[in-house]
Amino acid sequence: MKRFRFNQQEIVFAVFALLFLVFSIFLRGFLTADNMLTLLQNVAVLGILGLAMAIVVIGRGIDISLIAALAVPPGLVLQMVQNGHSLPASLLTAVLLTIAFGLVNGWLIAYAEVPSLFATLATGLLLAGLGQAALFQLDVVQWSPGMDGFERLGQGTVLGIPTSIWMFAIACIVVAFLLRKTRWGAYIYAIGDNPYAARVTGIPARPIIVLQYVITALIGCFAGLVMAASVNSMPTRVFNSTLIYDVILVVVLGGIGLSGGRGGVLNVVIGTLVIGTMLNGMTIMDISYAGQNLIKGVVLLLAVITDSFLNPRNEETAQQGDI
Amino acid sequence: MKHFGSPTKAILAALGLAAMTAPALAQQGLDEPFQKPFKEALAGKTVAYVPVAMNFDLTEGWYAGLKKELEPFGVKFVIRDANWNTNAGAQAVTSLISEKPAVMVVHNPDVQTYAKLLQRAENEGIYVIQINMGSAYRSSAFVGANWVEIGERQTEAVVKACEGKSNKIAIIQGALSAAASAYTLKGVENVLAKHPEIKVVSSQAADWDAAKAKAITQTVLKQNPDLCGIVGFWDGMDIGTAAAVKEAGLTGKVFVATSGGGERKGACELVKSGAFDLNMSYDVPTQAAQMAGTIKWLLSSGVKPGSIKGSEYTTLIPITKENADGQTACWNLSDLKK
Repeated sequence: MKRFRFNQQEIVFAVFALLFLVFSIFLRGFLTADNMLTLLQNVAVLGILGLAMAIVVIGRGIDISLIAALAVPPGLVLQMVQNGHSLPASLLTAVLLTIAFGLVNGWLIAYAEVPSLFATLATGLLLAGLGQAALFQLDVVQWSPGMDGFERLGQGTVLGIPTSIWMFAIACIVVAFLLRKTRWGAYIYAIGDNPYAARVTGIPARPIIVLQYVITALIGCFAGLVMAASVNSMPTRVFNSTLIYDVILVVVLGGIGLSGGRGGVLNVVIGTLVIGTMLNGMTIMDISYAGQNLIKGVVLLLAVITDSFLNPRNEETAQQGDI
Repeated sequence: MKHFGSPTKAILAALGLAAMTAPALAQQGLDEPFQKPFKEALAGKTVAYVPVAMNFDLTEGWYAGLKKELEPFGVKFVIRDANWNTNAGAQAVTSLISEKPAVMVVHNPDVQTYAKLLQRAENEGIYVIQINMGSAYRSSAFVGANWVEIGERQTEAVVKACEGKSNKIAIIQGALSAAASAYTLKGVENVLAKHPEIKVVSSQAADWDAAKAKAITQTVLKQNPDLCGIVGFWDGMDIGTAAAVKEAGLTGKVFVATSGGGERKGACELVKSGAFDLNMSYDVPTQAAQMAGTIKWLLSSGVKPGSIKGSEYTTLIPITKENADGQTACWNLSDLKK
């Protein structure tokens, strides 16, 4: 007997289509070109973070420290420029810091074999604490005249489309290229699918894992720069927010299993669109904060429950690392 | 002349008079009798400071201001940084009660959490001063902004700016759990009740988060491009609100009112750039000076903690284009820390 099998990606896409349809019919002002651009613009940073997270999740890891990479190196750029350093020097310092941070993460996970959840939980705290204690004077680092021009990374439009959407698009293309067209990308999938088999077949598993975390941190830093440019400041306190859960949500909702080896850029895009559509629709309806959380929770629960009904877990699909 | 009835007393009185006038005649200093007890009352005393978090303009400013005023008298400071964690803050207050500092300066995350603890602290003989965000328990002193007034004055300014325009306004609240946000909203409601012509098209919480405030404002502006004003609840968050207004090309057309501690980069610079049209400042250095004054008074008075209670509501400074250039409207954290 042949059964219909939907995967999570299709379910979430259906949810997205349904939401979109309902909002388009019932919400005046939802289905306009302007509003569509706003919708995308509002979730662009979340989408970029989703891409970063997708890389490690596909490689059967997780990076809880991503928000620290988003907040601290870009915050450092703003702080250094405020203190009178030049923008290129500040950017270079931030990138070096990010790479060093990714290397530490990767080393802990690949060589010291600390589970990624705990390793990045600790390193994230470390980096955020370092920022608070040693790097920043105040936790909202303000824009200074030395940064002028740089705000175009997150503000304004190119060909009528807000730049942050372009940044998301560019990040999508880069990550898609990396995952699908390069040998490294193929290795990441192989490691995520079965790290032991990958190693036996001669894939340099440990260096590739380190690479994953370095790339993820760099994309996180990039997302932070876009965010800082977009709000003309870096609220480094964002580390204490629930943003990391939203990022994991985008990834998992989009259908990238936490067990690794599956999914791609398209999944992140779909996950981001669902979140974006929900947020935008609810803001237009002026739903209260508590109401928004309730609705978000219900929609996500429905998606997850539907998935586990249609694709029940068994010994084969349930793997170590499945949270 | 009953008092000088006996000759001995008369002589003593004469001697006393001579003793009092003698130093003046001899060009010697005169000891002021009250300064010594004052100094003794302050020296070696500990002031414990429990902000909701360090590292932002308000709490850094209060701390720097307190230290500047009190450290020269030999007052010691301990900080217990709750770092946005209400539980950590409650634990800090609990452990401080057993450590028995002379004074606790407490910045409440909400109205309830610390209330019982602060009462206990005063019963244990610790003066409690609450800063800017009070709890349900009124302690020896409350120093801080009147949030209802802030909400009222911001909204009045927005309503005025809306005259002859669309009368559509948006409200960007802080975090729902924060009393400061709820009180400000009450002030907004008070004014709106008198102005039925004003239509609130959006009233949402952005969690003190600039990125969220920007996202909400962008969506609201797309739906209501004729919006005439926004009431924001904190300048640190409303940077995002202002960025959205600027991106929509509506700077100057949409009146943005906000409030904050008046730190130069976060307040005056942003008013000058046109990002904010009004920033109600509760002038942190003045608040710090008032707290320091209260601490000096309490310690030197020797009054029993909790036996007297009073409030010092801050006189607000409305920062607009007119005074943003001035030296006094805003303050620099770096100067306060010197």
